[in-house]
Amino acid sequence: MNLSVQTAPATDGETRVDLATTPLRELNGALHKLAADTNQTLWTIANPAGRHAIAAGLDAPITVEIDGPVGYYCAGMNKKARVIVHGNAGVGVAENMMSGLIHVKGDASQAAGATAHGGLLIIDGNASARCGISMKGIDIVVKGSIGHMSAFMAQAGTLTVLGDAGEALGDSLYEAKLFVRGSVASLGADCIEKEMREEHKALLASKLEAAGLLGEVDIAEFRRYGSARTLYHFHVDNVSSY
Amino acid sequence: MCGIVGLFLKQPKLEPELGALLSQMLDIMCDRGPDSAGFAVYGAGTPGFVKLTLRGPAGTDFAALGDKIGHPVIARDTHGVLSVPVAEEATVRAALARLAPEVRVVGAGTRMELYKEVGLPADVAKRFKLETMSGTHAIGHTRMATESAVTTDGAHPFSTGTDQCLVHNGSLSNHAGVRRLLAREGLEVTTENDSEVAAAYLTYRMRGGDSLGEALEHSLGDLDGFYTFVVGTESGFGVLRDPIACKPAVMAETDDYVAFASEYRALAGLPGIETARVFEPEPAKVYFWDRAA
Repeated sequence: MNLSVQTAPATDGETRVDLATTPLRELNGALHKLAADTNQTLWTIANPAGRHAIAAGLDAPITVEIDGPVGYYCAGMNKKARVIVHGNAGVGVAENMMSGLIHVKGDASQAAGATAHGGLLIIDGNASARCGISMKGIDIVVKGSIGHMSAFMAQAGTLTVLGDAGEALGDSLYEAKLFVRGSVASLGADCIEKEMREEHKALLASKLEAAGLLGEVDIAEFRRYGSARTLYHFHVDNVSSY
Repeated sequence: MCGIVGLFLKQPKLEPELGALLSQMLDIMCDRGPDSAGFAVYGAGTPGFVKLTLRGPAGTDFAALGDKIGHPVIARDTHGVLSVPVAEEATVRAALARLAPEVRVVGAGTRMELYKEVGLPADVAKRFKLETMSGTHAIGHTRMATESAVTTDGAHPFSTGTDQCLVHNGSLSNHAGVRRLLAREGLEVTTENDSEVAAAYLTYRMRGGDSLGEALEHSLGDLDGFYTFVVGTESGFGVLRDPIACKPAVMAETDDYVAFASEYRALAGLPGIETARVFEPEPAKVYFWDRAA
């Protein structure tokens, strides 16, 4: 059906929204009203044109396919939903995601997956600076490279990068696990390379599998980075690192 | 916040549409800077002549001023442009200062015209009829003031040298020191604005023989703070972000143009954007394009 957003349940299960004619607030309002047992489980969004906060705040097991580039905070705070972006994403895609899947088919701007607690974020292209900043449990898989200050103060979850990492990776890191296949320009304060033991290979394999990459890349090519755990508590000897 | 847009055409076919395209980009960036706006357009020029862009108080009679000066002034709202032989530039500037001290020369160039005013950017663009302008490249700015007051003088772009202009999103922390350095070098920064210091710094470097690219390279060491700069010269167009990449930037390149915007939304209406190479300029990396090259 084509939406003029007072949403009648769709008979074919697909709801199509054209953002060139439907105001974004109407779309997001309609998405927010969906119950957990909704029949409107597939939404396709045309002409996003880089608008901000598209499909932010979802809380239903639906799939949203966005046909084009999105602006800031796309699918932020997501719970349960699958959001697929057929284009690039602006700042803060999937920020504060709780669960579900967000798949960016292009590049992502800064702070992808910031502060997110759960779910899976897949970026087919590159992610720029501060990818996974303050992440709290999300799994992020970037098929390209990531920019500087990524995983800054990252607390939990995994960040897997098939390409390279920019400067100051994992600065002031807590317990997030970072796997990078390519080069790392530099490590941030208190971030160190760690041994890749069997349990880490198994963890990485499970994340690659979730991203549909198992068997496509060689796990032996990845290196693991984590916290040296010297900055957890204030110590005057470390004052220059804070 | 602040919003920046820029468009540098590689092929002549879009030149008649330059102003219309920039106007549409500027409109979308109203959200990022609603208090004032400005733009510089590199249009037609006459060899041996320099164009002076004047700004006067509302109601300035530019036609009468042109009669007094002896050169016609083409008025656009609060601004007027007159074209004078290079050899007469100093004389005309002196005459302007004497006959109309309330009128300021805001830009000078063989091809550059520069317009800025307080107000909603979409309205500012309309007042100056930006959509009717043609040219090879143009940059624009929507301002949310932080380091100095909301005045027309504080609006961007800033021009501190012939055919040179700069727009800035961010704030510089060492502009007072750089201002003193420039004063010692004989470059006067006329406003309290930190961005004008950056413009004057680039003028200072280029005056010393730097190319635009080299001048931007030096600013990485000498300017401290947050910045995304977009800079225009007679034939060139440059972009630089600070090493932390504090302020947003996205670019699109096709066979026909290079475009810059603070947010992708402002690029979404450009012709051929669907197949353009869209990328974020990297931090601390100088980007510049030159028509002469």
